[in-house]
Amino acid sequence: MIALIDYGMGNLGSVSNALRFAGCDFEVTSDPKKLAEADGAILPGVGAFGDCMENLREYGLVEPIREFIASDRPFLGICLGLQLLFSEGEEMGTHRGLDVVPGRVIRFTHSLKIPQIGWNQITARQDCPQLEGVADGAYVYFVHSYHVVPEDESVIATTTDYGYEFCSAIRRGNLFATQFHPEKSSTIGLQILRNFVAGVTCA
Amino acid sequence: MLAKRIIPCLDVKEGRVVKGVNYVDFQDAGDPVEQAAWYNEQGADELTFLDITASLEHRDTVLDIVRRTAEQVFIPFTVGGGIRTIEDIRDTTQAGADKVSIMTAALLNPEIITEGAERFGSQCIVVAIDAKRVVGDEENLGPAPDEQIEWRVYTHGGTRPTEVDALEYAMRAEELGAGELLVTSIDADGTKAGYDVELLRRISEHASIPVIASGGAGTVDHLYEAIDYGKADAVLAASIFHFRELTIRECKEQLAARGVPVRL
Repeated sequence: MIALIDYGMGNLGSVSNALRFAGCDFEVTSDPKKLAEADGAILPGVGAFGDCMENLREYGLVEPIREFIASDRPFLGICLGLQLLFSEGEEMGTHRGLDVVPGRVIRFTHSLKIPQIGWNQITARQDCPQLEGVADGAYVYFVHSYHVVPEDESVIATTTDYGYEFCSAIRRGNLFATQFHPEKSSTIGLQILRNFVAGVTCA
Repeated sequence: MLAKRIIPCLDVKEGRVVKGVNYVDFQDAGDPVEQAAWYNEQGADELTFLDITASLEHRDTVLDIVRRTAEQVFIPFTVGGGIRTIEDIRDTTQAGADKVSIMTAALLNPEIITEGAERFGSQCIVVAIDAKRVVGDEENLGPAPDEQIEWRVYTHGGTRPTEVDALEYAMRAEELGAGELLVTSIDADGTKAGYDVELLRRISEHASIPVIASGGAGTVDHLYEAIDYGKADAVLAASIFHFRELTIRECKEQLAARGVPVRL
């Protein structure tokens, strides 16, 4: 079973719809026990970094998520679900994150329009099963003002150019997380979700 | 590189598309969901549904369209028309819309922009501005950087004038928390003679959030001018796509050939 983690931040409708369309069997849950038993997990996220962390704490999900990722079961973070994995975020003050991936989350430092809204290209930095069938230069959908800066560059899965090159996805073993929204990235996005699901059933 | 977005707009009335793609092969040409799926296959970057139903009791019909579209079409989509309250925003996004565009309510009650952005994120709040020239040439809407032009905001589907200056209002909407600005020229709308590129340029140069051009598109040249001279981040068009004078792919190929970054 794949756990779609619900921690009270925004609706999970888009991700649920896309997973259902991709033929994925999943369960929306806030229950740490269910998460502990899951074969795979997805952490979406909309809102501000600090609010999301506060909700994860209130739901008692911080340690369970850290343990889940430590067990190297397939995990997918989307948008804020990527950013939360990092040590700290600087959105509206400095906030501590889940600290699973060393590094920071910073605001774009260029003078282009913020948020970045729209379709941009990803370039692979490593061979990821989660990106199988996705061509280099493929367009995916972004909506964000902040981006991650990993300390260890070897976790970078893809980069994207917006004013400068930034890390648009990370991968470490079965941990995969994207700044873009696969659930809104049409055929390419569905392919990425299917790849993730395939990794879970094979595990 | 961030691609310029091409956004088809579907006018929906009482649950049916009234200004949509004129496509004989549809099983049901008036079904918004079928048209949305078709545009997605064509390479539309986003979709906008404009609900032009006058009465309130059709709200549920719109939400049903949103729900069914969200189950099948995996690109961002916006719903506009009749969004008046925070509850409307909540219902529409819960049904699956990614954004709402707000026009009259945002002007009469600007707190809806701020409260909407706080509750749902500014990426969710598109402020729609219908602008009409009150000073300057209303016929020639092409580049005129030195001309003195003034635009006023209109409400209620472009039928009621206000005293509000369109440029000032655009800046205020951004400050209040809007995520994007949808700028429609009333002078250009329906003419298919081109966008009001001077309006677009003057707003784009001052805004630090994306600007979506609307009103007047008839050819690929018009899309190009809105992006190149008008500095628009996205172009919204209706009839140019509906009557299949051009497919979205053809538009994108022609824009790409002229150096515009597009998703192909």
